[in-house]
Amino acid sequence: MKNIDSALHTTGRSMYIDDLPVPEGCLHAAVFPSPIAHGKIKKLDIESARKAPGVIAVFTADDIPGQNQIGGIVQDEPLLAEGEVDFNGQPIAFVVAETREAAYEALRLIAVDIEPLPVVVCPREAAKKGMFIVPPRIFNLGNVDSVWRDAPHIIEGRADCEGQEHLYLETQGAFAVPKEDGAILITSSTQGPTAVQRTTAQVLGIPMHRIEVNVQRLGGGFGGKEDQATPWAVMPALASHILKRPVKLVLNRMEDMRMTGKRHPYSADYKIALSSDLKILGYEATFYQNAGAAADLSPAVLGRSLFHAGGSYYIPNVRATGFCCKTHLPPNTAFRGFGGPQAMYVIEAAICAAAERLKVDAAEIQRRNLLKEGDEFPYGMRVKNSEAVRCFSLCEERFGYKDARARVKAFNDQNAQFKKGLALMPVCFGISFTNTPYNQASALAHVYSDGSVAVSTGAVEMGQGVNTKILQVAAHVLSINPDRIKVESTNTTRAANTSATAASSGADLNGGAAALACRSILSRLLELAAELSGGPAEIKDEEIYSAGKKTGLTWKSLVHEALQRRISLSAQAQYATPGLSYDKSREKGTPFAYHVVGTAMIEATVDCLRGRYEIDSVQVVHDFGQSMNKIVDLGQAEGGIAQGIGWMTMEELMFDPNGKLLSNALSTYKVPDIYSTPKTFEVEFLSDSLNPAGIFNSKAVGEPPFMYGIGAYFALRDAIRAFTSTEKLPIHSPMTPERTLMALYAK
Amino acid sequence: MTSIQFILNDKSVDTDASPTMVLLDFIRERQGLKGTTSACREGDCGACSVMLGELKDGDLKYRTITSCLLPLGDVHGLHVVTVEGINQEVLTPVQQAISDCGGTQCGFCTPGFVVSLTNFLHRESDLTLEKGRENISGNICRCTGYRSIERAVEKMCQDFGGRILGATNRLEELVKIKVLPEYFLTIASRLNSIPKAGYQTKDGAVAVGGGTDLYVQKHDAMLKASPAFVIRDESLREMKLGEKELVLGAAVSMEDMNSNSTLRGIFPALPDAFKLIASLPIREQATIGGNLINASPIGDLTNIFLALNADIVLGVGGAERRMPLKNFYLGYKKLDRKPEEILRRIIVPVPAKSARFNFEKVSKRTHLDIASVNSGCLIDIKDGVVVSASISAGGVGPIPMLLQKTSAGLCGRKPSSAAAIEAAKTAMSEIAPISDARGAAEYKKLLLKQLIYAHFLNLFPSEVSFSDLKAA
Repeated sequence: MKNIDSALHTTGRSMYIDDLPVPEGCLHAAVFPSPIAHGKIKKLDIESARKAPGVIAVFTADDIPGQNQIGGIVQDEPLLAEGEVDFNGQPIAFVVAETREAAYEALRLIAVDIEPLPVVVCPREAAKKGMFIVPPRIFNLGNVDSVWRDAPHIIEGRADCEGQEHLYLETQGAFAVPKEDGAILITSSTQGPTAVQRTTAQVLGIPMHRIEVNVQRLGGGFGGKEDQATPWAVMPALASHILKRPVKLVLNRMEDMRMTGKRHPYSADYKIALSSDLKILGYEATFYQNAGAAADLSPAVLGRSLFHAGGSYYIPNVRATGFCCKTHLPPNTAFRGFGGPQAMYVIEAAICAAAERLKVDAAEIQRRNLLKEGDEFPYGMRVKNSEAVRCFSLCEERFGYKDARARVKAFNDQNAQFKKGLALMPVCFGISFTNTPYNQASALAHVYSDGSVAVSTGAVEMGQGVNTKILQVAAHVLSINPDRIKVESTNTTRAANTSATAASSGADLNGGAAALACRSILSRLLELAAELSGGPAEIKDEEIYSAGKKTGLTWKSLVHEALQRRISLSAQAQYATPGLSYDKSREKGTPFAYHVVGTAMIEATVDCLRGRYEIDSVQVVHDFGQSMNKIVDLGQAEGGIAQGIGWMTMEELMFDPNGKLLSNALSTYKVPDIYSTPKTFEVEFLSDSLNPAGIFNSKAVGEPPFMYGIGAYFALRDAIRAFTSTEKLPIHSPMTPERTLMALYAK
Repeated sequence: MTSIQFILNDKSVDTDASPTMVLLDFIRERQGLKGTTSACREGDCGACSVMLGELKDGDLKYRTITSCLLPLGDVHGLHVVTVEGINQEVLTPVQQAISDCGGTQCGFCTPGFVVSLTNFLHRESDLTLEKGRENISGNICRCTGYRSIERAVEKMCQDFGGRILGATNRLEELVKIKVLPEYFLTIASRLNSIPKAGYQTKDGAVAVGGGTDLYVQKHDAMLKASPAFVIRDESLREMKLGEKELVLGAAVSMEDMNSNSTLRGIFPALPDAFKLIASLPIREQATIGGNLINASPIGDLTNIFLALNADIVLGVGGAERRMPLKNFYLGYKKLDRKPEEILRRIIVPVPAKSARFNFEKVSKRTHLDIASVNSGCLIDIKDGVVVSASISAGGVGPIPMLLQKTSAGLCGRKPSSAAAIEAAKTAMSEIAPISDARGAAEYKKLLLKQLIYAHFLNLFPSEVSFSDLKAA
């Protein structure tokens, strides 16, 4: 089944925030951001803006009836700056006017006097100054200190990776409509409707039940709308609450890029010990995470880095330390992979550095240390149903790694100007929110008297196809025609206390809940059918069977009969991932329901004259479990890989030393275009993989493929290595043409 | 200016809306057509792509443009097609292919792809994946990684390519196979009945070319500006390609220049250069004069014309003056131009048959990105010796530069690795790059050196060797 929204999308009939009809009298908001990254607010003058034509009101921290607080994990972030600003672009005030133009005109009339304070943009500098958001966190396995003395090979070094702008095509936005008796309806482009609801309630000082949040769909999220859609919904809600008028706020691209957080840049130190037969004996990594100006989701992101510190490898002795460093950048946030990519980049950097030192192929080290059944992760969980070795071997065989190596070498021997490079990139990614309580979801299913079905869950559709999968679940469980089923918008009055649609878990959790709700209705109906037909009944393709024979009853007639007998045709159900537990004091437990694995082979060609390059091919064997939807899953894999390659190659966020974003538009921040697509791009579905822990034996797919993109960095480095004999090449991504050329000609 | 008249999908529009308002806002806000989405307002993402139909010598031709940068005044007398104007009772073959191949995920960019690919089937004489890629090279999708969209292009070419290319009347064929709705057959005659707007370049008005730089940099100011739509001034769109001089009107579009067979004959390197410079929609919209007036130190066309030793003609009313392009740039974004003067023509001397031209550009993203450094190079050889050379360099100083010392130093020399190395060395004394979002100063220096090497390797492959250059 293809994405159920594809007909709407291709005809332009899908509605995003800025497309929805606004209620009569809707006002428009525009945000006044801090012009500098750090300072004390001496004076804020909004009087002229307030008097400007078309302006209804200007809101500052003083106008907040509840708490001026939007922090999630840590309550450390105001909605509107008060006393101090901590990043360039931080909202200080917002204008509400009759038109968008009037609101923007009035922004120019706001004057703010800020006394500058020192700006820190580097996480290592922040660490030196003791600027931490939360205390450091350490994962331990074995005793890494005992390894260093006797290990035959010890390689240590530093690896840096930069951030990444989400660049969801639909910018952040929401609108709020006042309802009777102080209630508010918020329509938001958020991955976390409950976060919007809870935070709005807190800021307005009213109970959550007064706030209804509705989400139709997102024009892309990628994690950027998990926590950070919230302020742009709370602001119009606040204005609407006070003015009793509908208010809309949609950021333009430059505002969005400037004011919202991104993927975290990391600076890391690594130390790796290998035996003479290339077994990894020990690994130590210290991550300096650039969290930005507030906690946001950074502690959780850092946690996942620690969970994935060892990558796809079994390492008996590990110590991974994470520092959550506070800087004066916009608060960095969730982004596909959620800290996993940074950690995997660092362990691959360590392996790459070791291979270069020992003059062996990095694939040799990778292959000998892959996770096997029963191996222990640093967090105490053991590998189960492991497919890591099978994926790696299949990738090597299917795509001919050995031959490719020889071909690349022959090419490099014959070519002076162009050099090819090759890398294998195994991925192992844990599925579940690492904060165990988040691993629950609810669904509400209604069967209407005409036999049509509506299913609501907490899942937010943002292009990943979760609604398509939920519809498949309902159609499968009920055994009815999918055309009878509608997946409803995500709404806090139908699905309460939801977790954000994140952590690749949307289909597992919400599909699980939808299955339970549908089963519950179906069991009532089949009980009735049994009564009517005199024996146990079942449904197949809308026909009711008893003892293997058609009863003459159909889905529709059974629904009609149930209604006559006053049998409920609605059900609400909750799904909670079984078997999860985690002890944070010991950093041990079972945080994940299962792991997703696979291996990519990536080849690149570098033009050593110009420093330009092409990613020639990406070939992947990936474990999708029993894919529920191959079109959707393939799309997730391909899209994730392209985004991962973008992070590692051309996507370069640039801040000046004062914390001002320089790459603040699509003209200065480049994401992959169609010409960047590798000429050969193959994703093979691992066959015969079962996953009882996933919905219908499938595996979560949103994030894991992203990390194959890391292979692009190491393939490029491999090519550069074939050109230059320089010993010291920093490991620093993204590998832009600039870094490439500088590396090629480094002295 | 009186009212603006055009056809929007199947509907005739006659509006008093401001001519400097961009088409995107008119479509979405005034007409309530929300299928065209807005994502960057810089012409960089293609989400707002629309087809623009124009009668040219009685033929109805469509180009794809980004409506976020096109002033409404520019669409007078044209046919504007949004996704709503393509939609029919069932999905069109383009929509069906995208849908079947999983070419849409979040959907926000999808209408732009549908518009670009619909026009691809209408305009191209070659319906292949490669041509399809070129037609969507200005469309950004953040979800799919493009593979599924490529599969959709392959599918539509396979299923319909033969029929479309074999048709005697392509428009009728596209209507028959429901790529386009039936009303398209009425457009040509309807456009004919729209009165000419009588465009003039009024003195003192802000000259608007394609808007592709102007609206990126000064969107808000433009809303209040008094415009002169030079792009519709026929006298500024002429190309006179003589034996000694090539005269190009300032409002000639990049794509008109790119697709001109005479120019391609003289400069075989042009198509590859243009592919690096801009996406097809931007090439169709942007004027060559606009690139010179923008005065960016890194203007791609500027650096090409500098290397070609072009002159420019500025005019106001009946008065005109001609000067070498290299003298036009006085300082960062400072031009030798009075406010009322309009750039009218660019005059390129036809190089000797023995001359060779090359253009180099490196940017963060290989295609459709602003250069870190770019360079044009024209070298003429007689009896194995350089008789004239001109090498330009962008991104290495406050203005686009003709490297005069470097160029002069080459004269009288044989093209060789040693000459290239020396030219690069001389170039270093002529430039003063700064560190910015396009790269660090050190990088730009190294890059210019490499690009000068690249000129020599491209133009004199048997006389210059990469290994010698590397050793330097």
